[in-house]
Amino acid sequence: MTSLAEPAAPREAVAPELGRRALSGRRRVTDLVATVLIWIAVVIAVIPIALVMYYVIVKGGRVISWEFLTARIPRQLANPGGGIGPAIVGTVLMTGVASLLSIPLGVLGAIYLNEYGKQGTLARTIRLMADVMTGVPSIVMGLFIYAAVVLSTEQSGLAGALALACLMLPVIIRSSEEMFKLVPDELRQASLALGARKWRTILTVVLPAAISGIASGALLAIARAAGETASIVLVVGLTQRVNWHLSGSNTALPVQIYRNATEPFQAATDRAWGAALTLVVIVMITTLIGRLIASRFATKERE
Amino acid sequence: MPSTDQRLNVHINAPAERVPSGADASASRKIMDLEDVSVYYGNYEAVRGATIPIRQNQITAMIGPSGCGKSTILRSMNRMNDLIPGARVAGTVTYHGQDIYARDVDPIQVRRNIGMVFQKPNPFPKSIYDNVAYGLRINKVKGNLDDMVEEALTDAALWDEVKNKLKTSGMSLSGGQQQRLCIARTVAVKPDVILMDEPCSALDPIATSKIEDLMYELAKTYTIVIVTHNMQQAARVSNYTAFFTAEVDSNQVRHGRLVEFNATSRLFTNPDDKRTEDYITGRFG
Repeated sequence: MTSLAEPAAPREAVAPELGRRALSGRRRVTDLVATVLIWIAVVIAVIPIALVMYYVIVKGGRVISWEFLTARIPRQLANPGGGIGPAIVGTVLMTGVASLLSIPLGVLGAIYLNEYGKQGTLARTIRLMADVMTGVPSIVMGLFIYAAVVLSTEQSGLAGALALACLMLPVIIRSSEEMFKLVPDELRQASLALGARKWRTILTVVLPAAISGIASGALLAIARAAGETASIVLVVGLTQRVNWHLSGSNTALPVQIYRNATEPFQAATDRAWGAALTLVVIVMITTLIGRLIASRFATKERE
Repeated sequence: MPSTDQRLNVHINAPAERVPSGADASASRKIMDLEDVSVYYGNYEAVRGATIPIRQNQITAMIGPSGCGKSTILRSMNRMNDLIPGARVAGTVTYHGQDIYARDVDPIQVRRNIGMVFQKPNPFPKSIYDNVAYGLRINKVKGNLDDMVEEALTDAALWDEVKNKLKTSGMSLSGGQQQRLCIARTVAVKPDVILMDEPCSALDPIATSKIEDLMYELAKTYTIVIVTHNMQQAARVSNYTAFFTAEVDSNQVRHGRLVEFNATSRLFTNPDDKRTEDYITGRFG
């Protein structure tokens, strides 16, 4: 093939301008405006979080002592002294039992939805129900447990744990399912092609690949449950004494925060701040422990 | 464009030398047999009536344009199609004379004997060691795990590169190394047949040539079936080649069809079918 056209003259060997000056004024202004807006948004988002943490730590920190963490709740909230020991026990007990009930159930449910049920009628129905349940106000869930459990027995820590478990379950199911969805199908196929059975593939490949995401979802659910107030008052009642049992009335930190914060006395207000700090710390410790456990089981992407 | 004859000769020389010495290809016995195999996805017939014998310790390549059903046929050979909802296989696929789609056949046992390497390297997000040990563990293979892992990695020509970092994640390797890790993982359980679904399509030429050398080594022990987009690759590594094409029927529906199955040297130099010749010489529409 012979070329007819003269080859185009080579471009002038002038170094192109690479500095910011080369950009049009409009683009520079747009860039600047966008950067400033994003920074403003970040600051606005961080301010409330920082303020909350600041007040909780400053006001709560003044109150916290071993005595405060372990002592009984005073009968008269107006009087100084006493502590929130029973509320800590109640929160840890009920949230713990609720987690033990809802996390395994929720993860197994998510496995069913993503690995077995897929787009079947049953799976889609369950998915819809879980979505609806996620949006149900917690007091409605409390009312359900009140009608189903408390009326036939008594106000108890068990009823509280059940109410919290009902709140956590849909959150865990849906968040875990999303995590299972993110596990690439190639990994399942690789495992099956090596002669692994489906349950084995799920247990040894899919679950480890998804576990850190599942843990995040579960921890969010725990945090949500630990902050539950109204439904706890409804189904658990109140107590001033430490109750390590699932039977009988109990109490929880958010309940004590609410009760103390609504009293006009300084001692009660202080107690509310102390309880708030304690709750934040408990949720933080749970998160840390959860992350540690998850990282033990998680499969590492890169090292 | 260079003359086609010349271009073909370049590719043909290699496999001619590479036919395992002493093994008269035609004498090698059939380990698998696909007889009039059609694969359906729901009501859609993806591939129609493919008949392919797979001979022991030989490399059989499947080539053809996209959508001609070569991967579909490959996946029907160890029942990986079972995993696709609505997939159905007609005709018979036999392995050592047994119909692998017979009612009493467990697909797990089929896949245990007929392993697979996928197009995209898909190591588990586990350590290199655990990747290779995975199949050994789930199949409860007896013996020293460390030795078997080393053997598999050596067979996959990866041992020297990873022997000092067996505990690091398989995902940290390069693409070519990952694919060899996947091959090591497959050969660790000592399957009979290894199916490879475009194993080099995500790799650069150097990694590709390593895998090709590896295939040739592996064929001494295993029977290999490879799907490839790359005709030169088929010509370089395989003993037999099946050429597929996509046909459009009167309802404008595409079906994959086997056009020709032949010894690679013959298929690439003197094909029986005009369509094969058109494809390999680049005249394909």
